[in-house]
Amino acid sequence: MSDILIEEPIFHMPSRGRQLFRRLLRNPSAALGGSVLAVLILLAAFAPLITPYDPFAINPMGRLKPPTWQHWFGTDEVGRDLFSRIMYGTRYFLLICAVTASISATIGTTLGLIAGAGSALADGIIMRLIDILLAFPYILMVLVVVAILGPSLWTGMAAVGIAGIPGYARLVRSTVLTVKREDYVVSARALGASETEILFFTVLPNVLSPLIVYLSFATPLAALLASALSFAGLGTQPPAPEWGVMLVNSRTYLFSAWWAVAAPGMALFISIFGLNILGNGLRDVLDPQS
Amino acid sequence: MLMTSPPSHAKPLLDIRALQTQFKSERGTVNAVQGVDLTIAPGEILGLVGESGSGKSVLALSILRLIQSPGTIAGGEILFDGRDVLGMSKKELTQLRGRDIGIIFQQPHGCLNPVRRIGWQVAEPLRHQGGLDRRAAWDGAIALLRSVGIPAPEEKALAYPHQLSGGQAQRVMIAIALALKPRLLIADEPTTALDVTIQAQILELLRESCRNFGTSLLLVTHDLGVVAKLADRVAVMYAGRIVEDGPVAEMLVEPQHPYARGLLRAAPRLGNAGAGRLQDIPGGIPDLSRPSPGCAFAPRCEVRRSLQLGRCLTEQPPFQTSHAGHRTRCWATDRSINPPQSVSEMSLPLEGRP
Repeated sequence: MSDILIEEPIFHMPSRGRQLFRRLLRNPSAALGGSVLAVLILLAAFAPLITPYDPFAINPMGRLKPPTWQHWFGTDEVGRDLFSRIMYGTRYFLLICAVTASISATIGTTLGLIAGAGSALADGIIMRLIDILLAFPYILMVLVVVAILGPSLWTGMAAVGIAGIPGYARLVRSTVLTVKREDYVVSARALGASETEILFFTVLPNVLSPLIVYLSFATPLAALLASALSFAGLGTQPPAPEWGVMLVNSRTYLFSAWWAVAAPGMALFISIFGLNILGNGLRDVLDPQS
Repeated sequence: MLMTSPPSHAKPLLDIRALQTQFKSERGTVNAVQGVDLTIAPGEILGLVGESGSGKSVLALSILRLIQSPGTIAGGEILFDGRDVLGMSKKELTQLRGRDIGIIFQQPHGCLNPVRRIGWQVAEPLRHQGGLDRRAAWDGAIALLRSVGIPAPEEKALAYPHQLSGGQAQRVMIAIALALKPRLLIADEPTTALDVTIQAQILELLRESCRNFGTSLLLVTHDLGVVAKLADRVAVMYAGRIVEDGPVAEMLVEPQHPYARGLLRAAPRLGNAGAGRLQDIPGGIPDLSRPSPGCAFAPRCEVRRSLQLGRCLTEQPPFQTSHAGHRTRCWATDRSINPPQSVSEMSLPLEGRP
C-alpha cells in the first residue's frame, strides 16, 4: 500500500468524558437504559410535533374508545387522546426527575461533604438532623411537607426532593470518611496539597462514582413516589397529563377500559425500568478497575 | 574505596534536636521517638536503619509534622535550612511539604489516587504549587515521567494507577515527590513492597535523581543491603533513640554499638553462602510505654552480660564521639574500659556500590 496515512496526533489531552461515553455504549444495560432516556427526552422536546391531538381537548362522543388507528392508545373517560397525553406526560416525568434529583443531590452532597470533611461539631449537628429526618417514614415526611405547602406539582417535587436528602448526605459523608483515611490522601498532604485541594482534587473524584450510581437509582424511585403522590391527589392536579394523575382518573374503568390504565402504567414502567438499568450500567462503567 | 561523605562542618540542611514524639492511649503514653538528634547535610544520603517498631517511620513523619492524633510531637526542635518546622503555620507547612521536602512511602499503589490518571497526579503539584497552567503542567508531568524511566510516558500518563506494576507505581511516586525539586527527599522503606529485581532499579533511580537535583535523601529502611548500596552515612535507631551514627564504610565494617553489630550479624551476605547460620538478636524490642532509666538495649545486650556492666540498666548512656562524624550511645564502647572487638571478618558486601 502506498497510501500516505495522515497521522492523527496520537497524544492529546485526555478526555475522560469521551472515553466514558464509548464505554457506556459498549455496556448493554447502559446502552439500553440510555436509549430509553434519550427517547424520553426527544419525546418531551418534540411533543407538540408528534401528538395528533390537543392533550386537553375533550370529546364527549368519543369516551373510553379502545385503541384504533385514529387513537393509538385509545381515549380516556372524557374522550381525550391518550397517546397525546402520554407524550406530554414525558415532560412531567423528566421535570420531576430533574427537580427532585437536583434538590436531594445538591443539598445532600453539600451536607455530606461538610459533615465528612469539616469539624466534628458540624458533623454532629448535620448528622443528628439527618437522623431526625430519617426517623420519620419516607411517605409520612412527604405528606407533612405537602400538608404544610398545599398539594401541587411544585410542592410535590419539593417534598420528594427533601425526603431524598438523607440518603445522599449519608452516602457522601461515609465515602468522604473512608477516602480521608486512604494512603493517597496522606501522601497528597505530605507533598504539600492544601486541605481545599485535597477535598476537591483527591476526595471529591472518589466520591463522584458512588454518587452518580446512587443518583441513577434514587431518581427513578423519587419519580415513582411523585407519581404516587399525584395518584393520592397530593401532587400534580388534574387535568395535567401526568402519568400518576392519569392512573387515578382511569382506575375505575380498569375492567371496562383497560387501555386507559395500561397506557400511563406502561409509560411509567418503561421509563423507570430504563433509568434503573442505566444506573446498573453506570455502576459497572464508572468503576475504574473494570 | 567509597565516596567520601560531605564535610561535616557544612551547615546542615536538616537539623533535628532532642525530638520527642508520643502517642497517647488509654494504656499509657508510647514514646515512639525519645530525644533524637540527627543532621543531614546538603546532598547527603543518610540511611536510617532499625527493626520494625524502632520509631524510624514515626521520626520520618515527624519531620513533615504528619503525625496524626493521638500522636503529638512533645518536644525538641526541627530546623530545616535554619527555619523552625515545629513553629510553622499551616500555610508555611504546605509550602515546606512538597516544595522543600518530598516524601515517598512503602506502598506505592496505595499512595496514588485510584480514580485519577497518573499524568494529572504528577501534574498537580506543578499546577497548584508550581503555578503552571494545565498544558504546561501536563508537559512537565510527561517530562518527569520520562526522567524516572517510565517507558512511553505520553501513553502511560493516561493510565490509572491499577494499570501500573509496583515498580512503575513507585517510579511515578518518585516523579511526584521530585516534581518541585525539593532539597530533601524522605524515602520511607521505598523498596520493601517491591520485587528484588525491581528494588535495585528503584534504588539506582533514587540515587541518580538525588544526585541530578542535588537533593539530600533520608532513606528509612530495615535492609542493610539497601543502605550499603546507597547511603553516605548510617544512623541506627533502637527503641526511639539513635544509638549509633557514622559514615557508611565504618558502620558496615566496624560498628561500635552492640545492637548495630547484632544487626550486621543478622544480615545475609553474598560470598559466604552456607558458611554459617545468621545470628539473630535474642529478645524483642522493649515496651515503649514504659521507658527504662538505662539503655533500652541493655536487657538484650550480650556485651553488657559478659562485661557485667550494672550502669547500663540504670543510666542512659550519652553519645560518645569516637572520631569525627562517628558517635555511639553505649557504656561498653568507652574505649578506656573496653577495647573494640575485631569485627573485620564481618565485612559486608560492598560490590553493589559504584
